Amino acid sequence: MHPAYSVILFTTASGAGYGLLALLAVFGAAGVLPANTWLGFVGIGLGLALVVAGLLSSTFHLGRPERAARAFTQWRSSWLAREGVAAIAAFAPIAIFGIGWVFLNDTSGPFAWAGAATAVMAFVTVCCTAMIYASLKTIRQWNNALTLPAYLVLGLATGAILLVTISALFGVYRPAFATLAVVLLALGLAIKLAYWRQIDTERPRSTLGTATGLDRFGEVRLLEMPHTEENFIMREMGYAVARKHARRLRIVAALALFVVPLALLALALWSGPSLAIAMGILATLSAGVGVAVERWLFFAEATHASMIYYGRTA
Amino acid sequence: MTSLPTVTGDKRLGLVIDLDTCVGCHACATNCKEWNTSGHSAPLTDVNAYQAEQRGVWFNRVFTYEVGGQGPSARTVHFPKNCLHCEKPDCVTVCPTGASYKRAEDGIVLIDHDKCIGCKLCSWACPYGAREYDEDVGVMKKCTLCIDKIYNKNLPEGDRVPACVATCPSKARHFGDFADPDSKVSQLVRERGGFDLMPETGYRPTSKYLPPRPGNGANGAPKKLEPAPDLAGAGKFLRWVDRVLSR
Repeated sequence: MHPAYSVILFTTASGAGYGLLALLAVFGAAGVLPANTWLGFVGIGLGLALVVAGLLSSTFHLGRPERAARAFTQWRSSWLAREGVAAIAAFAPIAIFGIGWVFLNDTSGPFAWAGAATAVMAFVTVCCTAMIYASLKTIRQWNNALTLPAYLVLGLATGAILLVTISALFGVYRPAFATLAVVLLALGLAIKLAYWRQIDTERPRSTLGTATGLDRFGEVRLLEMPHTEENFIMREMGYAVARKHARRLRIVAALALFVVPLALLALALWSGPSLAIAMGILATLSAGVGVAVERWLFFAEATHASMIYYGRTA
Repeated sequence: MTSLPTVTGDKRLGLVIDLDTCVGCHACATNCKEWNTSGHSAPLTDVNAYQAEQRGVWFNRVFTYEVGGQGPSARTVHFPKNCLHCEKPDCVTVCPTGASYKRAEDGIVLIDHDKCIGCKLCSWACPYGAREYDEDVGVMKKCTLCIDKIYNKNLPEGDRVPACVATCPSKARHFGDFADPDSKVSQLVRERGGFDLMPETGYRPTSKYLPPRPGNGANGAPKKLEPAPDLAGAGKFLRWVDRVLSR
């Protein structure tokens, strides 16, 4: 599948944004983080900025972005519409919780409930994002049980790295934040390793024989394309650039997204809060690169059933 | 609504494509483009139409496959492909805007181009590669089964068939109602063993394909050509005798 940069930015930025907002909401409502104006402004502000940047970016790959509001109507059948509805609905508890924290310095009582609702809506929205991909039966690399957990854990893990950095900058860092990030990163690595293993070993669901129904006569081979130039289907579904470097890019993603941040945060845990700021910033930069590579691979390594007709495997 | 219709109408319209008689002439694709670039889906934009890297929207694409490996059982099969107007079209249910819909009355899968936002998710959901993006207009387009032709009262009744069916010189395409067990398409599917493409995906296409008939392979061909008898040196009489006996 063609990895559109707008969709990579959308899924990674909104994932990290919702992860950060959910963690801030839980720790804020639980009283673990102080209801300090600037901490709330920077933390919730960054989470919102990532979410909004992601959502706006997703409209850039539309052919008619001026009609984007129509995409909220078909939530009964479409995960993309559900994602849009959930994202908009999530702004309500985020706004209430943010106002309580930033302007009233209060994250308790009703604001704590808004915090709980923020965490739930962030979870629901990321689930919907993942299901847009996981529900497509045409792409076996997405239509599996690991796509949803990967989106959830990667969103939370990148959000947790941001939480470590922000809390360290404001002097409210706790080792529990880094521990949480380390656990989520380890879990994320395990999920992605299992995912890569699965897509490498799974057999194609369809072949040119079943696609044409001609397997009854023996082996089927493409003799002539319908045309000499690449059409929309081949450009959108037949992206093959990444396959050449997939192995190396997987190593880059595994190191930059998981291993390096995990080591940095473990070092912060071992050395105490003094190193948390530096380790948090370095881990954020590394994970930012890593998650972009991971998401790029998620698209580029995905093969689409329609390309079977063009002589490819899927 | 992009939810599928809960009640099914009286008709299930679709095509039967006969892989035995298709000669791979691309007339279906050409006539389809001709009709549909000025009808319901107009225009079917071409980009760089007269230079390198040309690309454009086509509803029919004709592939050619080699089947049965090498040797006497090998055969060439021309394979036209367009939207199959599935009974369970995921391309419809994934649509976030309501632009894609399946008509209850005849099962045709259509796009309302005024509602489409061009997110391309429907093309991702179609295993047959039947939906194409018109980058000039910014919306998705697809085969309409020539909805503006098959119900067109301004046309003589015999012309109210999809453009691809009307133009096929080898009668490899048939249009009809699969809900009617006595229709020509239903009969063809019954008699010739019509089949679904990629049945394992569960999309349940309405349109069916007919398999190539079992050929003779190389068995019908003469084993060896006899060399013509050498008449060099024969006189006029012997040549006359040869002509008489050769009759």
